[in-house]
Amino acid sequence: MEQLLSEYLPIVIFLGLSAVISIALLIVPFVIAPSNPDPEKLSAYECGFEAFDDSRMRFDVKFYLVAILFIIFDLEVAFLFPWAVSLGDVGLFGFWSMMAFLGVLTIGFIYEWKKGALEWD
Amino acid sequence: MAELWTTYGFPLFIIVGQSLGVLVGLLLFTAYILYADRKIFAAVQMRRGPNVVGPWGLLQSFADLTKFLFKEAIIPSSANKGIYLLAPVITATLALSAWAVIPFDDGWVVADINVGLLYVLAFSSLGVYGIIMGGWASNSKYPFMGALRSAAQMVSYEVSLGFIVVCVLMTAGSMNLSDIVRAQDTGAGMFGWYWLIHFPAFVIFFISAIAETNRPPFDLPEAESELVAGYATEYSSTPFLLFFLGEFVAINLMAAMVTILFLGGWLPPFDWGPLHAVPGIIWFVLKVCFVFFLFAMVRAYVPRYRYDQLMRLGWKVFLPLSLGWVVVTAGVLVAFDLAP
Amino acid sequence: MIVATIAFYIFAGVAIAAGFMVIAARNPVHSVLFLILAFFNAAGLFVLMGAEFLAMILIIVYVGAVAVLFLFVVMMLDIDFAELREGFLQYMPIGALIGLIVLLELLLVAGTWTLAPEVASLAASPIPPMADVTNAEAIGQVMYTQYVYFFQAAGMVLLVAMIGAIVLTLRKKPDAQRQSIPDQVARTAETAVELKKVEPGQGL
Repeated sequence: MEQLLSEYLPIVIFLGLSAVISIALLIVPFVIAPSNPDPEKLSAYECGFEAFDDSRMRFDVKFYLVAILFIIFDLEVAFLFPWAVSLGDVGLFGFWSMMAFLGVLTIGFIYEWKKGALEWD
Repeated sequence: MAELWTTYGFPLFIIVGQSLGVLVGLLLFTAYILYADRKIFAAVQMRRGPNVVGPWGLLQSFADLTKFLFKEAIIPSSANKGIYLLAPVITATLALSAWAVIPFDDGWVVADINVGLLYVLAFSSLGVYGIIMGGWASNSKYPFMGALRSAAQMVSYEVSLGFIVVCVLMTAGSMNLSDIVRAQDTGAGMFGWYWLIHFPAFVIFFISAIAETNRPPFDLPEAESELVAGYATEYSSTPFLLFFLGEFVAINLMAAMVTILFLGGWLPPFDWGPLHAVPGIIWFVLKVCFVFFLFAMVRAYVPRYRYDQLMRLGWKVFLPLSLGWVVVTAGVLVAFDLAP
Repeated sequence: MIVATIAFYIFAGVAIAAGFMVIAARNPVHSVLFLILAFFNAAGLFVLMGAEFLAMILIIVYVGAVAVLFLFVVMMLDIDFAELREGFLQYMPIGALIGLIVLLELLLVAGTWTLAPEVASLAASPIPPMADVTNAEAIGQVMYTQYVYFFQAAGMVLLVAMIGAIVLTLRKKPDAQRQSIPDQVARTAETAVELKKVEPGQGL
């Protein structure tokens, strides 16, 4: 336990140091660089005209579908990790149990393929 | 007081020293990787590339850094200021901190955790936050669309990356990155590394890594002909630099992961005495440079993908193939009782 | 180990503060970001308990996937928050009532909770010492064999989620143009090119 935790302390320190480097880089130009803003400079980029409306619009539901499908497959991968490291211990039964699990999800995958959820148009 | 120093102060000092060493080394390496990327791209197009600052342009990246530092940082008036500034910091911090578990040589690792592979996977998957936050907080149309595309692209390719990592995991039997490299030390030199036995997985991982880091030919989020500069359109000065840095550090991370998972990390290419005398870190850096050279050549030669083709490649080609490879690997390991 | 204790209070404190900010923040995007902060601290707490595998899975699944979807939804749905807030006072009594009922139920559950005496023997496998077996292996050794029904049930839940997501969100665009690779590959000069004899001064 002690040993496990002593392996994680460097990670916290490493994270802290990388955050310090990034924040330092972010702050520097606000200190040393010139700053003379004007309304044209600060307006959102648009091809030579004022933006007509707010840019936060509704968008295709497709993107949500991709995100949801990603969650499901990510969970599938998460289930695979412990299985992969203990493959030698779980034996044939463990192997077929995972094959059944993957089979069920493959049915879902075939369904979404046939339904056209993977088409991008 | 002296006791406090030996039990807490000194180890802490060592850790901070190691971490700073890795970070500084990494940033310097990234500076020259950037230079190499431009030189290779130029050479393919029969140009000279950067050759003015320093001998052969070797100091170009540092000149760029100085220029970024002295530029005005513009925050658009319609942006959500806090998130707008937080996004590049998050991108750079996450990209840098994933390097905490990368073994450069046997035992040369800042944090030798058991779940190193998951740690890298977790931190590289978090890279999507910087992009979504930056694209949304800019409150402008091009960044918004770039962020959307980028997020969908990154999550699509992450699935096949995950499956491939599982294949390597099964053959190595450990999630510790150092153990994965040691498992490839079979005495057969480079033919014992996993690129040979997992060749299809190696190819899929290589291509998915390019897509995951938004490199050309999958750089649709910042396709300049359609989206100006994608999620980074509104950024200038060091906020832009941080995005750029984060992206390149993530690319280096992917090159390092290809090296560790498939190219035997710090191991010499042939199991021959004098080659073992060369420090492992040299082999590691050479291999990372080689993988990056391949990335750079892909960027130089392959034309940009179309978005629907990109999604089809991720979901309809790589996902079934990598899942199939998981089943094949597991089947072979169980059938011949080879699982570690 | 004093460092671990300090780390525990930091992680726990930040997790609770972030959890409070999730419901207190005015901007829902900030809420999601605080939620992510809370997840991170929960992962830190897992690590302190030695459950490093769970900590990483928490980050990969919740922060890397679920929170991305949340962020997608709140950032891009373009909800008019001023309009949403208008009805706030009108619905407050009902909301407060429901909150109160849930709180009472939770208190009832917590107050009368007891463990069956034989519960310790129900665990299929004792926790192996952490020095010999890593977290992931310990989970793997029981999940796919001892708890195979729960594991398969999880697979079914994922299948239902997949089908549900498609049924709810898939909208066919009738006028969409799709690329058909077999058609493109099957195309030959005979089917694609037509030679015409053009008379001088006539045109086609």
